[in-house]
Amino acid sequence: MTGRKVLMDFEVTPDSHTLAAYRARGGYQALDKVLSTMQPREVTQEIVDSGLQGRGGAAFPAGRKWQGIDPDDGQPHYLIANADEGEPGTFKDRWVLEYNPHALLESMLLASYALGVRHAFVYIRGEYDIPWRRLDAAVEEAYGEGLFGENILGSGFSCDLFVFRGAGAYVCGEASSLLGSIEGSRAYPRNRPPRMTVRGLYQAPTVVNNVETLATIAWILRNGAEAFRAIGTEKSPGTRLISVSGHIRNPGVYEVELGYSWARFLHQDCGGLLCNKALKAVIPGGISSQVLTGKDAKVLTAEEVECLTLDHEKLRSAGSSLGSGGMIVIAEGTCMVRLLQIMLRFYHHESCGQCTPCREGTGWMHRLIDRIVAGEGRPEDIDTLYHVARYNDGTTICGLGDAAGYAATAMLDNFRDEFEYFIEHGRSKFGGNLECR
Amino acid sequence: MKHLIPEFERLKTRLPPDHDATLMVPCLRRIQQDRGYIDNSDIDGLAAYLGVPRIQVEEVLSFYGMLRREPIGRWHLQVCHNVSCSMRGAERLLDHLKDRLGVQAGETTADGRFTLSTVECLGSCGTAPVVMVNEAYHENLSAADLDALLERLD
Ligand SMILES: Cc1cc2nc3c(=O)[nH]c(=O)nc-3n(C[C@H](O)[C@H](O)[C@H](O)COP(=O)(O)O)c2cc1C
Ligand code: SF4
Ligand code: FES
Repeated sequence: MTGRKVLMDFEVTPDSHTLAAYRARGGYQALDKVLSTMQPREVTQEIVDSGLQGRGGAAFPAGRKWQGIDPDDGQPHYLIANADEGEPGTFKDRWVLEYNPHALLESMLLASYALGVRHAFVYIRGEYDIPWRRLDAAVEEAYGEGLFGENILGSGFSCDLFVFRGAGAYVCGEASSLLGSIEGSRAYPRNRPPRMTVRGLYQAPTVVNNVETLATIAWILRNGAEAFRAIGTEKSPGTRLISVSGHIRNPGVYEVELGYSWARFLHQDCGGLLCNKALKAVIPGGISSQVLTGKDAKVLTAEEVECLTLDHEKLRSAGSSLGSGGMIVIAEGTCMVRLLQIMLRFYHHESCGQCTPCREGTGWMHRLIDRIVAGEGRPEDIDTLYHVARYNDGTTICGLGDAAGYAATAMLDNFRDEFEYFIEHGRSKFGGNLECR
Repeated sequence: MKHLIPEFERLKTRLPPDHDATLMVPCLRRIQQDRGYIDNSDIDGLAAYLGVPRIQVEEVLSFYGMLRREPIGRWHLQVCHNVSCSMRGAERLLDHLKDRLGVQAGETTADGRFTLSTVECLGSCGTAPVVMVNEAYHENLSAADLDALLERLD
C-alpha cells in the first residue's frame, strides 16, 4: 500500500463516479459548510495553510497563486481547470475525470467562491472521449441539483461551468496558451509578466490549476489544512497521483503519499520490472522532467537505506522533479538514443513556432538525432546537440523550449557512451531496442 | 453549418456574455463532426456568425491537429507512437497496419475505408499500445486484436 489517500479513498464500483455515490462518501459537505460559514478569503487562507502545491508540473503553491486575486476588486475573475493532460507518460487526471469527477466539481465551486468567480471552465484535451462523457454527465447531475447556476443552495453565490474541449495541441496544456484557445484565437503561450492572476482570460484576473490540484481542495476544506499537512512530508504535504508506464509489470495510476519509498513503490506496489530485467533509468514525471539513471537507480534496487523518496524536495536534489507524475520505467537493454529521438520528434512536432530558439532548435535537434539513428552521425553531432539544447534554456516564452533542451542534455549527460557508440559504429549498442523482450 | 446555429446558441447559456469568439473551437469541432471536415463555406459561415475576420478562423483551424480541411477515410486509425507506447510495441503495430492496409501514415486506402495516422501521447500510456479509432480508444492492443478489430469496421 502506498500510504494514506486523498483522492482514491474509496472503492471503485460501476457507479462510484455518480453524484449519489459521491454524496454518500461525504461529498458536497464542504460546500455546504463553506457557503454558510466561511468568507472567501478564509477559504484561500485554508489552502495557503495546507501547503498544497500544484500537481500540473511546476509544484507552485496553490494558495499563493490564489492570493494573487482580490475577490472584492469588482472585476470579473475566471477559474480554469487544466485537463489538457498531454505530457507524455501522464494519464492521472483522466483517473479523476473518469472515477471521481465530483471531487473536481465540488472543488471548483469552492475555488470559485474563494476567488469571486462567476464563470469557470474545464479545459479538457480534445482526444479524451470517455473522460469527457463522465465529466459532462457529472456536470449535468450537479446542475440538476442546483449545485451550479444562480443562487447555489440559497447562498446568493452563483457560478456557471463550461466544459471546453480542445482540438489536439500539446502546447494548450501550457496555462497561458489555453487562454488563447478559449478566446477563439491561436493558442500561443504568453509572456509574463503580467501574471495571469493580473491579466488572464479576456484580460481579467484568472487562476489556472491542474485537475488534480483542484480536486484536492474539497478534501482540504472538509478535513482542514492541518489534517492535510499531517499527510506527506513537511515540504511536500499530501499525496500525488502517479501514472506508471513503460517496462513495469503493473502499470496504472497510483495515489502515493509524498515521501513514500521509491524502491518499494516500483518493486512491490508496481510489481517490479517486466521480464525481471534490471532497472536502467526512470523518467519520473513526464518526459519534460529529467531522466534519472541507473546510477541513481541503484539506490532503488539496493537493500540498504533507500535514499530516494517520492516527494518534491528529494527529486529536486537528485536533479529532476515529480513533474506531472508521469513515471516511465526503463529496463536494461533499452536504446536511449532511440528514446531521445522520439522525445525530440515530439517537441519539434508540438512547438508552436513563436520563439526562434524553440522553433528552430527543436527542428535542428530532431534532424541531428534522425541522422545519428540513420547511422550517419558525425562525431561533432554530440557537441552540436548540447549547443542547441543550451540555447533553448531560458530564451523562450514557455517551458516547451526548455524541456526539449533538458531532455537532450539529460540523456547525453547520462548515456553519452551510447551516443558515441551509435555514431562510431553506425548502429545502436542495444539493437535499437525499445521494447523489453 | 447554418442548421447548427440553434445548437451553438444553446452553448452560450453557460458562458460569460459578450465573448462569442469562445465558441470558435467548439463550433469547429461540431461542424467537423457533422460534415467530416471543414469546408470553405463553413469558414465563411462561422466568421459571419461569430463576428470575426475569416483569417482568424483559418488561423485557429490550422493550429490544431484534430481539425482538417479535407475529408478522410470512414475509419481513422491513429496510432500513438510516443515513448510509452513505443516501449510496448507501437512501432510493430504501426508496421503491421502499413503492411496490411498498403498505405503509409497520413494516407487513406483506395476504397476510402481507412486513414492511417500517427499521433503523440494520448494519455493511455498505462494501457499501451493504444490506437484511437475515430473517437474511441482501443488499448493494450496486439496485432491479432487489431486484425479482429479491422474486420468489424466496414
Ligand atoms: C508545454 C507545456 C505543457 C503543459 N501541459 C500541462 C498539462 O497538460 N496539464 C497541466 O495541468 N499543466 C500543464 N502545464 C503546466 C501549466 O502551464 C500550469 O503550470 C499548470 O496547469 C498550473 O497548475 P498547477 O499550479 O495546479 O500545477 C504545461 C506547461 C507547459 C510549458
Ligand atoms: S517555447 Fe516553443 S512552444 Fe513555447 S511559446 Fe516558444 S515556440 Fe511556442
Ligand atoms: S505514449 Fe502512447 S498513450 Fe502515452
